[in-house]
Amino acid sequence: MSAVSARPERLVTTTPSVAREDSQDAVVLSLAGEWIVAAGHQLEAAGASLLSSAKDAKRVIFDLTGLQRMDTAGAWFIDRAQVELAAAGASVSYRGEQPKHDILLKEAGYHPPDKSSLVHPAPTVALLSAIGETIYDVGVDFLDIVDYLGEVVVMFLRLAPQPWRWRWTPMVYHLEMYGLRSVPIILLINFLVGAIVTQQGIFQLAKFGAADYAVSLVGVLGLRELGVLMTSIMIAGRTGSAITAEIGSMKMREEIDALKVMALDPLEVLIIPRLVALVIALPLLTFLADVAQMAGGLLVSWIYAGITPAVFINRLQSAIWVQTFLVGLIKAPFMAIVIGLIAATEGMEVRGSAESLGRCVTSSVVKSIFMVIVMDGLFAMFFATVDY
Amino acid sequence: MTDASPSQPSEREAVIRVRGLKVGFGDHLVMDGLDLDLYRGEVLGFVGASGAGKSVLTRTILGLLHKQAGTIEVFGLDIDKMTPHDRLVVGERWGVLFQEGALFSSLTVRQNIQAPMREHLGLSQSTLDGLALQKLALVGLPPETADKLPSELSGGMTKRVSLARALALDPEIVFLDEPTSGLDPISAGDFDDLIGTLQKTLGLTVFMVTHDLDSLFAICDRVAVLGHKKVIAAGPISELLLSDDPWLKSYFHGKRGVIRLSAGADGHDAVAAEKPPQNARR
Repeated sequence: MSAVSARPERLVTTTPSVAREDSQDAVVLSLAGEWIVAAGHQLEAAGASLLSSAKDAKRVIFDLTGLQRMDTAGAWFIDRAQVELAAAGASVSYRGEQPKHDILLKEAGYHPPDKSSLVHPAPTVALLSAIGETIYDVGVDFLDIVDYLGEVVVMFLRLAPQPWRWRWTPMVYHLEMYGLRSVPIILLINFLVGAIVTQQGIFQLAKFGAADYAVSLVGVLGLRELGVLMTSIMIAGRTGSAITAEIGSMKMREEIDALKVMALDPLEVLIIPRLVALVIALPLLTFLADVAQMAGGLLVSWIYAGITPAVFINRLQSAIWVQTFLVGLIKAPFMAIVIGLIAATEGMEVRGSAESLGRCVTSSVVKSIFMVIVMDGLFAMFFATVDY
Repeated sequence: MTDASPSQPSEREAVIRVRGLKVGFGDHLVMDGLDLDLYRGEVLGFVGASGAGKSVLTRTILGLLHKQAGTIEVFGLDIDKMTPHDRLVVGERWGVLFQEGALFSSLTVRQNIQAPMREHLGLSQSTLDGLALQKLALVGLPPETADKLPSELSGGMTKRVSLARALALDPEIVFLDEPTSGLDPISAGDFDDLIGTLQKTLGLTVFMVTHDLDSLFAICDRVAVLGHKKVIAAGPISELLLSDDPWLKSYFHGKRGVIRLSAGADGHDAVAAEKPPQNARR
């Protein structure tokens, strides 16, 4: 125990140094101190001076007699100087080295970097190639999702006549996770959205003396568009990300491969139950969202415009039909399919690293929110055309 | 590093000293009054049945798990009484090869090896690049490996890169958690040779958890056996072979051990004949 120092200091007691001494026919560089990696930039400086002190010399001798310690990093600097001086035409030899120094210099020597691997393409070429790759990837992504949709439909048709093959337990579990547990947040944000739309409607329409029409505004806008849109966006963020992360980490840990070799189809075991749960949950949540938006509208029109609940309900009845409500509700299962499909394909895209999992979850959420809004726009055009 | 022979362990410098260690999860004790010494410059093989707590002990020494009682001294310092500064310095003096490699998955091999150097030392990027290539060469990997991501590496390469990272700060102690598990016998043999060579070259102290009997015979100076929540035996492998402990008997003389022994009258001779470079030194 005697040799153990009481305090494990950084272990560098003498800094690495080089002293030059010219003899008659050679330059002698005497190395002193501790040439170890813990010396950090001092070691770097000593390594550089080892190289520069003997630039002009024809014959160089490295004197290691005064060297107190050397590790692999020290050996690398000494060997680098030796290799580069030799390359510059000097003859280099060692003096006063110990056997362990020899082993270190041999085992942990300098390897000149391979310059060819450091070639970068021109910035414009790199930019163009990045743009091209991105466009190509977008196309491939789209094909992937269509491909997946096809597989899901085929699997669905195959499972439809065989209800005993449906995985009811995971389906119910996912219905609880995606549906029931989303209820509080869906109610809250839709209540707020309904309230905000009504409040703005009252203020703006009051300029024309038509504040009462704010009820029609929140009724039509909320039921047709905002209820399903807000719910889908929330579910894309909350549930889409969860599906991607679950499937992605299973992919990372080879669990998906394990399923495949057991002759189980990940599509049937993992994705269909989630997708079905989502398709059931989203319309239910949309219904709740609609109710919450109306409640928000009712409260705000009572406070700001003095419209009593009885009057609000009366006006609402004259402003909307069952159709208004159904237009919103019909969209919900399609939104669910889009969110579920994007989340599942992104999950399957995950490769080995933690970074790729993060990237896929992000892209799953961004893509599904984007697609939800695009779909909503397409539905709006469709319903306008068929005059529903 | 030290000239003391293995037969007089009491005179050697213990870089890690564990006394009366008690570790448990809830009511279940995994270690109860465990003592262990790791001497400077030796390769200590650490064996025990699966689930006996080898990894738990390693993780406790490394400070990743909390102990319930006992003392652990590293470089003569009690780990409970270390200041944050001591902790930092100790962190620079040991390196760990985790069982699964534990490479940072979002960094390339080069960045993985540079990570400890970059965090602890003020070195320039060109030096870091050079040292990363040197460490790669040291563990026997070609320079092209440097720009690969951990997910693109095979099992053996992952172990080598992880070893290169563990060696980045030129540590004095290297912990190896099952370094040869999952490797084919040839790769495992190469890895043993590599560890042996590095240990000689760098004067490392090696703490190696292993199930690989070949590794034990080839490069370990001493073997410690974990059983019944304690170290039940520790010493050169030739001594352990003569032990009467039933678990040790079945470990070394069981189906898998007997092949090794049949090569010679005792294990040491068998190995000396097979792997002269490693044992010539001892």
